[in-house]
Amino acid sequence: MAREDYEIVIGLEVHCELSTKTKIFCSCSTEFGGEPNTHCCPICMAMPGTLPVLNEKVVEYAVKAGLATNCSIEKNSKNDRKNYFYPDNPKSYQISQFDKPLCYDGHVTIETEDGEKEIRIERIHIEEDAGKLNHDEYGRGSFVDLNRAGVPLIEVVSKPDMRSAKEVESYMRKLKSIFEYIEISDCKMQEGSLRADVNVSVRKKGASEFGTRTEMKNMNSFRSIVRAIEYEAERQIEEIEAGNKITQETLRWDDVSGRTFSMRDKEDAQDYRYFPEPDLVALKVSDEYIENIRKSLPELPESRRKRYIEEYELTEKAANFVTGSKYYSILFEESIKVCNNPKTVGNLIMSDIARILNEREEEPEDLKFGGSELGELVILIDKGTISSAIAKKVLEELFNEVKMPSKIIEEKGWIQISDEGAIKEVVMKILENNPQSIVDYKAGKDRALGFLVGQAMKETRGKANPQMLNKMFLDELNK
Amino acid sequence: MELYEYTVHELVEMLEKGQTTSEEITKSYFDRIKEIDPKVKAYVSTLEDEAIAKAKKVDEDRKAGKPVSKFAGIPIGIKDNMCITGTKTTCSSKMLENFVAPYDATVIEKLNKEDLVYLGKLNMDEFAMGSSTEHSAFFPTKNPWDLDRVPGGSSGGSAAAVAADIAPWTLGSDTGGSIRQPASLCGVVGLKPTYGLVSRYGLVAFASSLDQIGPLTKDVTDAAMLLNLIAGHDEKDSTSIDLGEKDYTKALVNDVKGMRIGIPKEYLGEGINEEVKQAILDVAKKYEEMGAIVEDCSFEVGQYATSVYYIIADAEASSNLGRFDGIRYGYRSEKYDNLKDIYKNSRSEGFGPEVKRRIMIGTYVLSSGYYDAYYKKAQKVRTVIKNAYDELFGKYDLLLTPTSPTTAFKMGEKSNNPLEMYLADICTVPVNIGGVPAINVPCSLDSQGMPIGFQLIGKSFDEETILRAAYSYEQNTNFRQNKPTFKGGNS
Repeated sequence: MAREDYEIVIGLEVHCELSTKTKIFCSCSTEFGGEPNTHCCPICMAMPGTLPVLNEKVVEYAVKAGLATNCSIEKNSKNDRKNYFYPDNPKSYQISQFDKPLCYDGHVTIETEDGEKEIRIERIHIEEDAGKLNHDEYGRGSFVDLNRAGVPLIEVVSKPDMRSAKEVESYMRKLKSIFEYIEISDCKMQEGSLRADVNVSVRKKGASEFGTRTEMKNMNSFRSIVRAIEYEAERQIEEIEAGNKITQETLRWDDVSGRTFSMRDKEDAQDYRYFPEPDLVALKVSDEYIENIRKSLPELPESRRKRYIEEYELTEKAANFVTGSKYYSILFEESIKVCNNPKTVGNLIMSDIARILNEREEEPEDLKFGGSELGELVILIDKGTISSAIAKKVLEELFNEVKMPSKIIEEKGWIQISDEGAIKEVVMKILENNPQSIVDYKAGKDRALGFLVGQAMKETRGKANPQMLNKMFLDELNK
Repeated sequence: MELYEYTVHELVEMLEKGQTTSEEITKSYFDRIKEIDPKVKAYVSTLEDEAIAKAKKVDEDRKAGKPVSKFAGIPIGIKDNMCITGTKTTCSSKMLENFVAPYDATVIEKLNKEDLVYLGKLNMDEFAMGSSTEHSAFFPTKNPWDLDRVPGGSSGGSAAAVAADIAPWTLGSDTGGSIRQPASLCGVVGLKPTYGLVSRYGLVAFASSLDQIGPLTKDVTDAAMLLNLIAGHDEKDSTSIDLGEKDYTKALVNDVKGMRIGIPKEYLGEGINEEVKQAILDVAKKYEEMGAIVEDCSFEVGQYATSVYYIIADAEASSNLGRFDGIRYGYRSEKYDNLKDIYKNSRSEGFGPEVKRRIMIGTYVLSSGYYDAYYKKAQKVRTVIKNAYDELFGKYDLLLTPTSPTTAFKMGEKSNNPLEMYLADICTVPVNIGGVPAINVPCSLDSQGMPIGFQLIGKSFDEETILRAAYSYEQNTNFRQNKPTFKGGNS
């Protein structure tokens, strides 16, 4: 059978660190970084006799996440212990949720080439993060850092509804943007605030049963998730085509070699011996509590996207792009308050700003300038004070230093020359120096005009108004 | 009369009147400890230098007329599973032999506020698992009434210390009878408060849904006073309940007229020693004479409590004791080449046989495929037992039972037979399953001269009725004229 006869089935368990100030069961700071074992106390170090106390903010944030992803909220929830031994797990159990997750039965909508698609969310539960092991590079052993132990997490478990790496990326980006909008996480993937366990299986198209799945744990960049899924699906298809069976197992994705590896040593079927956490009381939330949180939710990307298309006449593509990140969306809304030109603002974000961020390997949240700067830049373009070529240069400058664009063009001397006399002077000079071009033009070679305009732009270092230049050259040449 | 013979409420009065000092009291105890403890072996560690320094400081403050707590300078002994900053908290286990607590348990914070003086840490069955204190990894504690017999357990050190006058009062912990049963075997008062009344923060967990800290004292008045000091809501323990301020000494009223006391017939039948049974009937008669209404009743589901207990307690213990893994603190085996060996060897060498047995039972009952048949079913039966208590307390103010089916047994008699040892708790275990409060009050001696105690069980958060009935009994009888003889100990 051919590759096209197979369908890839992917389900995700996304872990998202919540941005509460303190940990889930003690009052230690959740701040990332810090010298090893400086953000801990007897509780998160699991000293004998200590007890957890649930941080109420964690419940609030998780309910927010649930409501923003169309979940139902469990009013009689509870915490459970998941028992396993590992040095980064100081109590030898993780306090998580087993059979009564706080949120269940939700969905998010993603945009695919074939239009909108709903990805179902099975559940969202709260749990604590583990610590970190630092392995000594000289092989002298491993060191446990418990700064991260007890940082609150939500785990978002999707149904196996995704059919391509691209859909997975859209889904992850969607979750990321929702969680940014509702301000429950900084979603910094490079710091591990957002990471995913990816379950992949393949089956013949039209089959009703799922194939055997493999799991790749702790993936924390979009790029590796996409590569890993593509590799793993291909590997599974090859195995099946070769007549082999897929083993259900946990795999490790290696970004350098671009391959997955079996982690067989961890494969003895783990029995986590879940049972209700006796140190915590039942987790009950009232209708009123849920409604208050629902009312406090900001406008979510889905609604913004529709509004941008209707109210601001953005293209579908631009609206998707701008609402894909809370930071783009805020920049967009602030800018149009200043310049009242949604189309140009949307295009600048989608093309130039996204390109420069990409070149700098930065994310939208790293943007330093805001709506007052971008808004003024668009006004300067609209008034013809600068050309779009100069506008790009101003944007580059804004990434280096936040200043008002009018100030930048003044300092750099980038104001567009629209003075008829000054432009005429340049045109005459260029014509004088390039008699051959005049001859060529008269002989019907239109390219000569482009050459002359180019020379004039060069002479004015890009500041001349291109429309005026064009017109004046034509006038002179046709005399 | 020596200072160490007085009750705490007597000592408090003497301190108030300036008849003695904290230093005198404290020194009197350490002299007594040096004389008696080599025989009884109640203490795992003593804190003499710190105690005497603290006592002197309190005396100076009192002399200078500074405001001091009524209990300032009163010594106390603490079971070695409660954390005191900077002191060893061993749980009588090799696993924690050198563990120095970096923080105070909430009960210790409360006692610190009152400026109590710590005599030392008391021996127990390892991680509070046992009924004889023979499961201490260090040494067994002896019963002061007969040194060849066990003091009961797991708070055997706490009970023996009070009986032997080597501590005026002590704190113990009770998961299935660990305060009341040793109190009974040693002839002292022992109170297990309602689950949630005393904070568990800083008590090294055995079974989280059952553990409670409580007082062991020479008399009921002292028990009410010590309960006043340790009870109350603690935001560090989510399972602790906020009842507002309470003064339990107000319950110390010598009057039980009209009080309804039920005697569940199941606890006067098979498996209960005849002398114990007779003693309980005598107590019932005494209560009737004092004006209480005593009736026979039935608590049939109680027979399942021991099974429920050994499933739930061991399940929780298997998880609670996971943290003793040789990684961050506690015992680490020297024999390892890899992570798995650190775990396996540290835990194999660091835990004693009873603890390992409980961890294995607990792991088993939580395993997939067995969870529903054991743990889940046990939780259901637990609810049935709780409901049965509710029903009984609709009719009765208190239930009266023996605390222990027998008086103190010989050392070694049951230590190799876990099932027989587990039966030592049949009268006390249902109380923990129900979460209700209960007290042991000593009432008489058997033909061997060993103490017999009775248990009064009350409804949740009604410690007052228990204290009132116990106090009334005490006021109308005179068990305290009996003194331990420290006989035996030569075998």
